[in-house]
Amino acid sequence: MTSKTVQTLDRVVIRFAGDSGDGMQLTGDRFTSETAALGNDLSTLPNFPAEIRAPQGTLPGVSSFQLHFADHDVLTPGDAPDVLVAMNPAALKANLADLPRGATLILDTDEFTKRNLGKVGYTSNPVDDGSLDSWHVHPLALTSITVEALAAFEGLSRKEKERAKNMFALGLLSWMYTRPTAGTEAFLEKKFGARPEILAANLAALRAGWNYGETTEDFASSYVVQPAPMPPGTYRNITGNTALALGLVAAAHRAGRPLLLGSYPITPASDILHALSGMKRHGVTTVQAEDEIAGIGIALGAAYGGAVGVTTTSGPGIALKSETIGLAVSLELPLVVVDIQRGGPSTGLPTKTEQADLLQVMFGRNGESPVPVIAARTPADCFDAAMDAVRIATTYRTPVVLLSDGYLANGSEPWSVPSVAELPGAPVDLATEPNATDDAGEPVFRPYLRDPETLARPWAVPGTPGLEHRIGGIEKADVTGDISYDPDNHDKMVRLRQAKVDGVTVPDLEVDDPTGDARVLVIGWGSTYGPVAAATRVVRNSGRPVARAHLRHLNPFPANLGEVLRRYDRVVLPEMNTGQLALLLRAKYLVDIRSHTAVRGLPFTTVELADVISQTLEEVR
Amino acid sequence: MTTTDLGMPASGLAHVPHQPDGEAAQTKRDFTSDQEVRWCPGCGDYVILAAVQSFLPELGLRRENIVFVSGIGCSSRFPYYLDTYGMHSIHGRAPAIATGLATSRPDLSVWVVTGDGDALSIGGNHLIHALRRNVNLTILLFNNQIYGLTKGQYSPTSRPGTVTKSSPLGSVDRPFNPVSLALGAEATFVARAMESDRAELRTILKAAAEHRGTALVEIYQNCPIFNDGAFEVLKDRTQQAARIVRLRSGEPVTVGADDERKVLVRVAGGTQEFVPEAEVGAREVVVHDAAADDPSAAFALSRLDSVEMTHVPMGIFRQVTRPTYDDLVRAQVDAAVDAAGGPAGDDDLEALLRGRDTWTVG
Ligand SMILES: Cc1ncc(C[n+]2csc(CCOP(=O)(O)OP(=O)(O)O)c2C)c(N)n1
Ligand code: SF4
Ligand SMILES: [Mg+2]
Repeated sequence: MTSKTVQTLDRVVIRFAGDSGDGMQLTGDRFTSETAALGNDLSTLPNFPAEIRAPQGTLPGVSSFQLHFADHDVLTPGDAPDVLVAMNPAALKANLADLPRGATLILDTDEFTKRNLGKVGYTSNPVDDGSLDSWHVHPLALTSITVEALAAFEGLSRKEKERAKNMFALGLLSWMYTRPTAGTEAFLEKKFGARPEILAANLAALRAGWNYGETTEDFASSYVVQPAPMPPGTYRNITGNTALALGLVAAAHRAGRPLLLGSYPITPASDILHALSGMKRHGVTTVQAEDEIAGIGIALGAAYGGAVGVTTTSGPGIALKSETIGLAVSLELPLVVVDIQRGGPSTGLPTKTEQADLLQVMFGRNGESPVPVIAARTPADCFDAAMDAVRIATTYRTPVVLLSDGYLANGSEPWSVPSVAELPGAPVDLATEPNATDDAGEPVFRPYLRDPETLARPWAVPGTPGLEHRIGGIEKADVTGDISYDPDNHDKMVRLRQAKVDGVTVPDLEVDDPTGDARVLVIGWGSTYGPVAAATRVVRNSGRPVARAHLRHLNPFPANLGEVLRRYDRVVLPEMNTGQLALLLRAKYLVDIRSHTAVRGLPFTTVELADVISQTLEEVR
Repeated sequence: MTTTDLGMPASGLAHVPHQPDGEAAQTKRDFTSDQEVRWCPGCGDYVILAAVQSFLPELGLRRENIVFVSGIGCSSRFPYYLDTYGMHSIHGRAPAIATGLATSRPDLSVWVVTGDGDALSIGGNHLIHALRRNVNLTILLFNNQIYGLTKGQYSPTSRPGTVTKSSPLGSVDRPFNPVSLALGAEATFVARAMESDRAELRTILKAAAEHRGTALVEIYQNCPIFNDGAFEVLKDRTQQAARIVRLRSGEPVTVGADDERKVLVRVAGGTQEFVPEAEVGAREVVVHDAAADDPSAAFALSRLDSVEMTHVPMGIFRQVTRPTYDDLVRAQVDAAVDAAGGPAGDDDLEALLRGRDTWTVG
């Protein structure tokens, strides 16, 4: 055994890349769990093709998983990897441009065959043609080493043995970064418990990978990244979609109402449907509808009956649900509409991220049809955002749109699990008796008589004696809810519905301006939170002040937003669209906004945003 | 597998609270709302409304546990006129909304009122899926073979050649037969009634309401403004008997009165035909069996119908028992809750939030 050195690093970004069939998402997930268990802060970014199995070895078939972990708080999945694991030529070609010179490259040379090289247009083999000289390359015959390590497994075919190569890679990386593998072993035992030989082979491959790092001379050093200081608590690693599902369940629990999800599968929202379908024990009902329109109709029907009705979808589904959202606006019933945004228009980029549905959810309906809109900012924040959405919907009896996106949905980070007793929310009351008297002094029920404070109408569900009433999408007379075509009544009702949404209580916008003398404000919404925060940190570290704020509530806006915007010489607003929030802010507050936009299906990098901020700082000097 | 095997109730109203013993019997007035009815004079919808208002007391349910959900169309104004809970929703979507309501609330008798355009054009998808799932709903499809509310365009049930503002040279679409469509979707209860035949309508409404699962009742409804007389040959006393085939489960399928009576017999090759009673002889008479598991025979009966309305079957085509979607969904949730020892408390939620893989700091 050679003697190895151990170096300490403060942060590392690793990207696992391979063919969709190579199990890179699983490898990344496992490495993430090991890293979380070790107490590093982290952030992940899976990136996979829309096709389930694009042709093997091709560029469209490349699937990758990036993980950023550190001994301090992590805000983004990292701009550029320090280590790239490329399981085939396609994975190398698709990812090399992101790899800074000098970074580490681990290649499975077995896959660099003439045929595979040809598939992605390599005319010579990068493993030995010198084109990778600027990187620190570890060429490994990963496939054959794995097969050799599993020689004793006579019951397994060569193919089956080859399939364990991702575990070999995981074992090797786990050794390199001194990650514990016990969690992965337990995971494999659960996954392959029924197939003992496959289980044993995967465990053996994992161990072989570890031993390979430890014993061969190829790897001179291993690394340690110390745990990050985190507030005390119980933590788990969580993706945005899981957090969102849990937030809905927790909110319904606190509200004391059953949760019913009506949904039609669509990437990247389906995992919420999957998660909630497995939570029946918590009284959750899920209905997989025949289409998007039925999904929201079912949710609205359940809400009419007193449930917390939820529908989950992505942009194309919102387009189909628009008419029913309008109905819910008119009926003034609580409803949560979750939009996990993806690249558009049309089918667009189903597995990539974007923030281009903001204007659609704000205005994409007929008539004056205001709805509260809120956006989650990090994977774990999807929990709080979901709870907030349910609070607004049930308090104000209105549909609420909750925006997340593909990056938050599939990305993950550590989450400090809250104690249920400390969660916000309180039991929601249904109407039980008449709320007015008629001309003769008899008690009557007025379905559109509003709470003076919230302007919410009573939630009077079928089955409540004495409150029988009819509601519908036709304009209703104020108070009585009877059909009314009266011009003044319509004008009044339109304004009442607007006033109700405008009156939703929203906390003031907090500004992060440590030195207090910043002249430039960077404002973000949704998933730009991490990159914006990381970029401002970079700028501040170079001694230049910059203020930062982040919007959760997009409708209504926080009351102090206009004042905050006017306080600064320049406001920079990065968005993954072509300037949708900028349009709203300019229109509403008549302030100039420096809109920085990109629609590449990927989150902003820290470097890119730090540059934009730096340029703006130059301009105000 | 039957609903009874699964320990599921057999009546559509099993979980719906009934009036307590001793409470005064309800009347039509109890179900009449204070809203002014705004259909055109002579509209068949009035006749159906009166029939439903006077029929509902017969169910003996508490009013507050009855809900009418409708789509959009003249017919879909129906809920406003009934003093029950009601929702006038959007075009074609009532079956979906009602599915959500029925699934979350077993204690309600949920009705859908829809038109031929609402149910079969814009809402066709929701209709077939409600029928396929067998949600505990009663759907009343008012078929006037026209789009009434939008002032008279042809509908998916208009007979070919119908001249309307949008088909000045006559429509060329082939119409749906709603009963065939429903049977094709394996609906568990399918019936057809004539708006003007009060007694028959009442019988069918009762059977439909008590059916556990989706009951589809097609009601022929005259629109005197845009499609007057669409069903006149069936109302005309001189022709009625020769055209209307009154389906009675367990009885031979016949048409015509007295010596004009014809009997449906099987023809080699699987078809069937009406022959004069005197000529039946040894031929195999078709006996209607609404409870037959296989919908094929009922489907064959629905095909006797033609756009000429030479022979129009009326009555209950199919009435079978099959587990309902909403019962099965609730059973899964209930089983999961029971297996875990009752409704989730704060501790259970906390365990869910923690998941399987946690670590502790500090
Ligand atoms: C989304 C949408 N598209 C179109 C309409 C217009 N529209 C209202 S009712 C109707 C047809 C109704 O026909 P039917 O269901 O047969 O009902 P009837 O009026 O005949 O009772 C149409 C096309 C609408 N209300 N909503
Ligand atoms: S248009 Fe026809 S269906 Fe509509 S109310 Fe008038 S008569 Fe009835
Ligand atoms: Mg019609």
